[in-house]
Amino acid sequence: MKRRKFIGMLAGAGASLAASPASAGGTHHFTGYPNSFGVLFDSTKCIGCRKCEAACNKVNDLPAQPEPFDDLSVLNARRRTKHDKFTVVNKYEVEGKPVFRKIQCNHCLEPACASACFVGAFVKDATGAVSYDAARCVGCRYCMIACPFEIPTYEYDDPITPRVRKCTLCESRVKEGKLPGCVEDCPKGALIFGRREDLLTIARERIRKHPGQYINHIYGEREMGGTSWLYISGVPFSQIGMREDLGVTPAPELTSGALSVVPAVVGLWPVFLTGAYALTKRKEKIAEEEQRHAVAEAVVETEAQAAIKLKAALDKAERDKQAAVDKAVKQALKEAEEARKQDESSDTESNKEEG
Amino acid sequence: MSHHTTPSKGFWTPANILTAVILAIGLVLTVKRFTMGIGSVTNLTDDNPWGIWIGFDLLCGVALAAGGYTTTAAVYLFGMKKYQSAIRPAITTAFLGYTFVVIALLYDLGRYYRLPYPLTIYPGPTSFLFEVGLCVALYLTVLAIEFSPALWEVLRWKRLRYYAHSLTLVLTIFGVVLSTLHQSSLGGLYLIAPSKLHPLWYSPYLTMFFFVSSIPAGLSMVIFEGGLSHKFLHHKMDDRHLAESSGVTLGFSKAAAVVLFAYFNLKWIGVALDHNWQHLATGWGAWFLVEMFGFVLVPCLMYAVAAREKNEKLAFWASILTILGIVINRLNISLIAFNWQLPAEARYLPSWEEIFITVFIITLEVTVLRICLSKLPILHEHPEFKGAH
Repeated sequence: MKRRKFIGMLAGAGASLAASPASAGGTHHFTGYPNSFGVLFDSTKCIGCRKCEAACNKVNDLPAQPEPFDDLSVLNARRRTKHDKFTVVNKYEVEGKPVFRKIQCNHCLEPACASACFVGAFVKDATGAVSYDAARCVGCRYCMIACPFEIPTYEYDDPITPRVRKCTLCESRVKEGKLPGCVEDCPKGALIFGRREDLLTIARERIRKHPGQYINHIYGEREMGGTSWLYISGVPFSQIGMREDLGVTPAPELTSGALSVVPAVVGLWPVFLTGAYALTKRKEKIAEEEQRHAVAEAVVETEAQAAIKLKAALDKAERDKQAAVDKAVKQALKEAEEARKQDESSDTESNKEEG
Repeated sequence: MSHHTTPSKGFWTPANILTAVILAIGLVLTVKRFTMGIGSVTNLTDDNPWGIWIGFDLLCGVALAAGGYTTTAAVYLFGMKKYQSAIRPAITTAFLGYTFVVIALLYDLGRYYRLPYPLTIYPGPTSFLFEVGLCVALYLTVLAIEFSPALWEVLRWKRLRYYAHSLTLVLTIFGVVLSTLHQSSLGGLYLIAPSKLHPLWYSPYLTMFFFVSSIPAGLSMVIFEGGLSHKFLHHKMDDRHLAESSGVTLGFSKAAAVVLFAYFNLKWIGVALDHNWQHLATGWGAWFLVEMFGFVLVPCLMYAVAAREKNEKLAFWASILTILGIVINRLNISLIAFNWQLPAEARYLPSWEEIFITVFIITLEVTVLRICLSKLPILHEHPEFKGAH
């Protein structure tokens, strides 16, 4: 299923972001390929004869089983599909009566396995079959994690070319115009092969005609978005080992919302991170500039202070020099005065002597 | 990691003998795995297709290698240059971590030789596993380039070193984008299986939980390994690494405390959103509370106190608790609370051979890490390239 156009969203990260989870999930509802086939299982008709198991084993060329297919004691154990058993029938005691239930791939309309596979090895075909391509499989087994019905199995003992194994809806037989092996060999008409639309009509009709015989629920009509196999039963499905808590959301929608965030992260994270880097750089640059400023200012201030100091020193020197000159002049004047006075007095004296 | 690296004690020290024994048995099991199949060494079943090789080796391995992107982002993008010396050890651990995650994956993949398929001829972009694969492959390349200068320095290939180094900013941003995507995608893997994972652990927020918790996981690994290096590889650390290491520990403690607190709250929003309160009263609820309080809130508070009181020892213990918490969380989601509704006899327990192969791969990784730390300029600067960052 390539419904989510993930690549396209990756390419147009910005554009798809605007419409993000809504467009990823989609407002349209996929109701399956038109005219695709399915099988209706009526548990009220199943007698647990294991003929379907035998037929499945034969048409799929599966290995011989340790217990023969007419050994009905195996029905008592809880069995599941295996790499060499694509279908099994289990017996449940409900109110003292045995009820049988057949297990095989339900061939979902929107399969979890196909959504989970990272190499696209599962494809929902127009026939209705969910087919598996072993040529692509890497063997991660994520399909087995994803499948809500616990159907895919693995060849754990094959060291080189292990495969995922599961029911193929006998796709090749169907294309040849034959019935699936299990349907063909069912002696009681518990299995009906046909177009899913028609099967739904048949199922509804049976429930309507025999309200006491069936519970009013067609399992697979809406479970996990709908499956190509459909089930009707006289007892609640939870009592015959079928989970009723799976919901109606198709598996791909469980991941599409979160996947749609991917392009947003790819588109936005580098912007935010570059922004963070730029802010950091800017902060560093500002810090650097401020530091340079502070240094320059300090230098200017120091220089100014030095100039003032120098000037003061020079002034002082000037003053000292002036003072020294003044002092010397004063001294000289004083000396001159004194000399004059002395001359005068000696003149008077000599005058006196002369006089 | 022990004192035995000092040459005077000879090569066959107890730790090295143990390493050799583990590696020898591991090799035998490796041969068994690749000749007799996955089933010959594991307890994997059709109900439990993923065991500890995915739950531990992949999920925990990737989360605990998150130190690479968290440290480079802190130093190169958020300007915490004083943590520069934490870069190389973090990148080395991350690079080896991712390398061995890929090696471990080869054991788990049925057709390991087709590993390039999703990235080349058969892309399946609707799968979260595709996103994991793509991002891990690209990020491994980023880490290889980020790691390479240590190698070029030893080889004195200055030109290559220069080129690798000039890409730092681009690689850092690319690394954060890729890590955001694949860390979250590992959680996204489980979004498709709400019917199998217990509701207390299943949440539409799984992707965010995985991404957010990878941040304290990465920070804690840096603190934890820093503590170990300080103790055992002291002689390999230069003055700068020794001087900066306490700053790294305390700075990262503060960051880890903040993010763990955010994670703690987010997880409760997850419980509230799906209205899963009633499950808290069950046994599963008790186990959930142990994880949330014992391994998220307690280490968060320990980190906060350690950062405030500059207590490196407390930070070291907090890192151990956080790492255990991440491991518990990832194992809960992948194994313990996964398939919780299956009857006991159908539940998974790893075989001893599975566990041993995991131990083997970790031993291999630690051995390579020890060689790198002792031979390459990682805990010290290369004398010819001092201060060239």
